[in-house]
Order: sequence, then structure tokens, then C-alpha cells
Amino acid sequence: MSNSILELEMLRKNFGGVVAVSDLSLHIEKGCVTSLIGPNGAGKTTIFNLVTGFVEPSSGQIKFAGRRLTKMKPHTIASIGIGRTFQNVQIFPKMSVMENIMVGRHLRSRAGIFYSSVLPPFLRKEEKKIQEAAEKQLHFLGLAQHAHLPAGSLPLGNQRMLEIARALALEPRLLLLDEPASGLNARETIAMGELIEKIKQMNITVLLVEHDMELVMDISDYVAVINFGRLIAEGPPAEIQENRDVITAYLGE
Amino acid sequence: MKGKNSAGFLALIIGIIATPFLVTNDYYLGVLIFAAFNSLACIGLCLLMGYAGQISIGHGAFVAIGAYTSGILTAKLAWSPWLAMLCGILLVIVIAFCLGIPALRLKGHYLAMATLGFASIVHIVVVAAVDLTGGPSGIVNIPRLDLFGYVLNSDRQYFYFSWGVVALGIYIAFNLINSRMGRGLQAIHGSEDAAASLGINITSYKVQVFMLSAVFASVSGSLYAYYVNYIDPGPFDVGHSVLLVTMVAVGGLHNIWGALIGAIFLSLLPEFLSFLSEYLEAFGIEYQPDFDTLIYGSILLIIMLFLPEGIFKGITGSMGSVVSSVKKSLGRTAGREQ
Repeated sequence: MSNSILELEMLRKNFGGVVAVSDLSLHIEKGCVTSLIGPNGAGKTTIFNLVTGFVEPSSGQIKFAGRRLTKMKPHTIASIGIGRTFQNVQIFPKMSVMENIMVGRHLRSRAGIFYSSVLPPFLRKEEKKIQEAAEKQLHFLGLAQHAHLPAGSLPLGNQRMLEIARALALEPRLLLLDEPASGLNARETIAMGELIEKIKQMNITVLLVEHDMELVMDISDYVAVINFGRLIAEGPPAEIQENRDVITAYLGE
Repeated sequence: MKGKNSAGFLALIIGIIATPFLVTNDYYLGVLIFAAFNSLACIGLCLLMGYAGQISIGHGAFVAIGAYTSGILTAKLAWSPWLAMLCGILLVIVIAFCLGIPALRLKGHYLAMATLGFASIVHIVVVAAVDLTGGPSGIVNIPRLDLFGYVLNSDRQYFYFSWGVVALGIYIAFNLINSRMGRGLQAIHGSEDAAASLGINITSYKVQVFMLSAVFASVSGSLYAYYVNYIDPGPFDVGHSVLLVTMVAVGGLHNIWGALIGAIFLSLLPEFLSFLSEYLEAFGIEYQPDFDTLIYGSILLIIMLFLPEGIFKGITGSMGSVVSSVKKSLGRTAGREQ
């Protein structure tokens, strides 16, 4: 696949004696929504953590747009265009909704400690740009009316939206969403699906881990099924739904 | 600066201007000048503890380095006090960088251990390097500071100058907190993983704040040296570092105003205790110096138990609840009247 943006080659991660990811190879196509599905403990979140540099692979490698990510720190990986959200929402609860998104503009602004502390008037322009960009995200995600509330006071659905807004403020090329619909009610889940469609239209590649099969089959262009750290099937959603191995993995025999 | 903070800043400036007119006794004015030095070090320490979430038990060492750099360069080499102060600043930046990089790359409170060790080393060097520091007898004849060729001779002048520097320090601290970097620091505090996923280099941020807080301490040391004109190792032991941490903790970690109030409170406490001792002696009770430790300990214990977020939050919080309960009861009576 020459059009892939993310390539996992023989990726392996052992935690002590437990093999979380076992010699997994997978190519993620640019501009698509790809879903990783599989039973709990299959290694999906570990794959996210490997891609974003939070854990180091035991062997194998990861390439993003042709660059090897091995040994890169999370903040460097963010700077080359990979954004992510977390399974258990990681917003900054004491900061306002607006400020949360402003943190997302970190890599798109430059002010250092000297100008920030001693000569803030020189940074007014940059601060304004950060604010404008954050406001744009707020409106895009429909959070504008909550802008000045502390992020921790939002309901879970909005917190998940906020986390995505913050990651989008990075202007990533690849966005990793870890169970964005977990804990959401039916209406919120539909809104989440629509949001992911919109993100795709913005030409951002989406890699999704999700348990809500209806959502996955609805919005994915491609589905990869993982069990015990191994890839057991991959293909378009319609094919996966018919796949015997997948049905066995989910339902048991 | 915005809202409540700029109001607080205005109050501080008015307080600074008014104080010398109210406190005419030179001794008490001197105590308040020492409070300014502690405040300055505590503002820097508060940025490190409250905003970068790291503890330094070695800030007294940075105060010492500032004081000794200023002392040695001015008294022995006849440098300009300002240039000597700048050298102190550069020196602590380098030292904080070297100390911070290995300690802050690790998670947890390794910086506290590293700085504690560093504080003991600096104290030993200051006592033992007699040729450089004068050893236990210290350095004499440190000149007074001049401002545009105008020497700050009287205590009142030095009071205005040193508290002016404190105000500048507060201004700098608030600028930092409300900047891109300040948001980054708050983000690190909220979730290190999320902050890293947004491209924030956590180690670099912590090291930079550590360096800035060391600069505050160094300037405070230089100002001290130029005020007392004589330095010896006495005030720069590990105990002083612990005292600075205590001041910040007592006042309130997560608020610059808290650090300021903690620093002023604990700087003035010994004076209140000496009042107390005179009072007790009048009743025939002999006041032992050991009582100081007892009272310090009790105050710290009471604050940690009942005001865990510090004096500042404790006071503003209870004032806020009084105001809201008054409003509520007013609303209730207004409702009854209708």
C-alpha cells in the first residue's frame, strides 16, 4: 500500500511475560477512518501507546509518513503530526474549556520563558492568534457556550468532545481516538460518529479504537481485528462482519 | 494580569508606598526589608512548587550563591554591584540547569533529594573555602547598592527598592502563569500524559521553571548582601531552605499571593514571639528559646490540619463563604418581604 501514512512492521511489546502486541504488521491508509477492534485486553490501547511514544516497542518498528518513530518521545511525535485522545478522558479539569484548547495550540505558537515572563506585550499578537484558533475549534465542536466553565464540570460527552477539540487544535495529520463513544448515550454516540466523519473530510486520517460495533461499521473505511495482540482479520467493514475468525473471537465457540 | 490579581497588585503597591510612613521604627523597617528578600525567593519557589509541581529543598543554596557572588565580586574585586548581581544570576542559571536536567528527567520527587544534597554541599563549601568566601568569618565591606548613581543609604530607600523588586517579581510570575508557558505548566499539573500528547516537553518546562526560580533566589541573596553589607555562612544552612519551603506551604502552594503572605508571616513571626516572651516574663514565666520551635511546629500543624491549601486560600475561602451566606440570607429576607 503506497498510500499509507502509518506503517507498523512486526511490532511487538512484552510486559514482563505478557505479550501485549505480538509481531503485528498493519498499514493505515491516508485519509481514511480505520478502526481497531477486538475483545478487551487484545492490545489495542497498547498499540496507541506504542504509536504515540508512551511505551517503547520490544521489537519491530513504526513508520509515520516515511519517518521511523522508534525512540521518539511523545512530545516529538505530537510535533510531527500525530494527535490522540485517551480511553479515560484526560482533560485538564481545573482549566477552563477555552484554556484546554489553547494548550492544544502549543506547537503552533512559540513564546518562550523570557518573553512570556518579562515582555508579554510583545506576545499579544501570538496570544490573539492562539485564542482565535481555539475559538474556531470551540465553535466547530459546539462547545462555545461552555468556553469559560472549568473543563472538569462538563458532562462526560462534552469532555470527550473537548478532548478531541484539543487534539484537533494541534492540526494533526493523524488522529488516534481511543474509545471516543464509551460512556456516551445513543444521541451523543450519533453526534460522535458525525464528528468523526467531519474530521475525515478535513483530510485528517483517523485511527479508532471502539467497542460500539454499530458506530464502527457505520463510519469505518477499513477495520482491523486484533485478538491476543495478533491481527486476525482486516478488510472493509462488510467483509469483517462475515469473517468466521472474527465471529469466533467475539462469541467464542 | 487581570481581574482580582491586578486589584491585588494595586493593593500591594499602595501597601508598599504607605508602610514606611506607618512603620517609623528603623528596626521594624529592617525586619520588613528581610521579609522582602524571603518573599522574592518564595515567589520563585512557588512557581516551582505550585505550578511545576516540584519541590526544591535547596533554594537557600541559590540565595547563598547570589549573596556570595555579589559579596566576593564587589568587596574583593571592586566590581559594580549590578554586574555582580548579574553574574550571580548567570551562575545559578547554569547550576540549576546542570542540577535540573538529570533530576527532572525522572518522574517523582528526585529534585527534592538532589537539591537537599546540593544545599548541604554549598553550605560546606561556603564554610570551608576560606580563601574564597572568608569561611566562618565571612565577607565584610560589601558596598551598598546604587540606583542610577544614587546610593541607597537609608533603610527607607532600601525598603522601597527591595519591595519594588518584589512587585516586579510578582508581575513576572503572573505574566508567566498567564502565558503559553503557564498554560503548559497547568496542563502538566492536570495530566502529564495529555500534556505530552499535545507536544509539551515536560522535562524542559520543569527545568526552565527551576532555573527561573533559582534566579529569584539569587537576586534575593544579592539584595541581602547589599543590604547587610556583611555575609557569613550562618543564614545559608539547609534550615533556611526548609524555612523557604515552609513559607510557601504555609501561605498556599498554588497561589503567588499565598507565597507572599506565607513569606511575610513567617518572617515577622520571630518578632511576635519576642513580644510574647517579654509579655510572659512580665508574668514571671521564663521564656525559653526552645519555645520558638514549639510555636513554629504548632502553627505549621494547625495550618496543615485546618487550612491545607494555605493561609491565603483559607482566608479568601472563608471570606467568600461569609459573603455568599450573607447574600443568601439577604435574598431570603428579600423573598419573604415580597
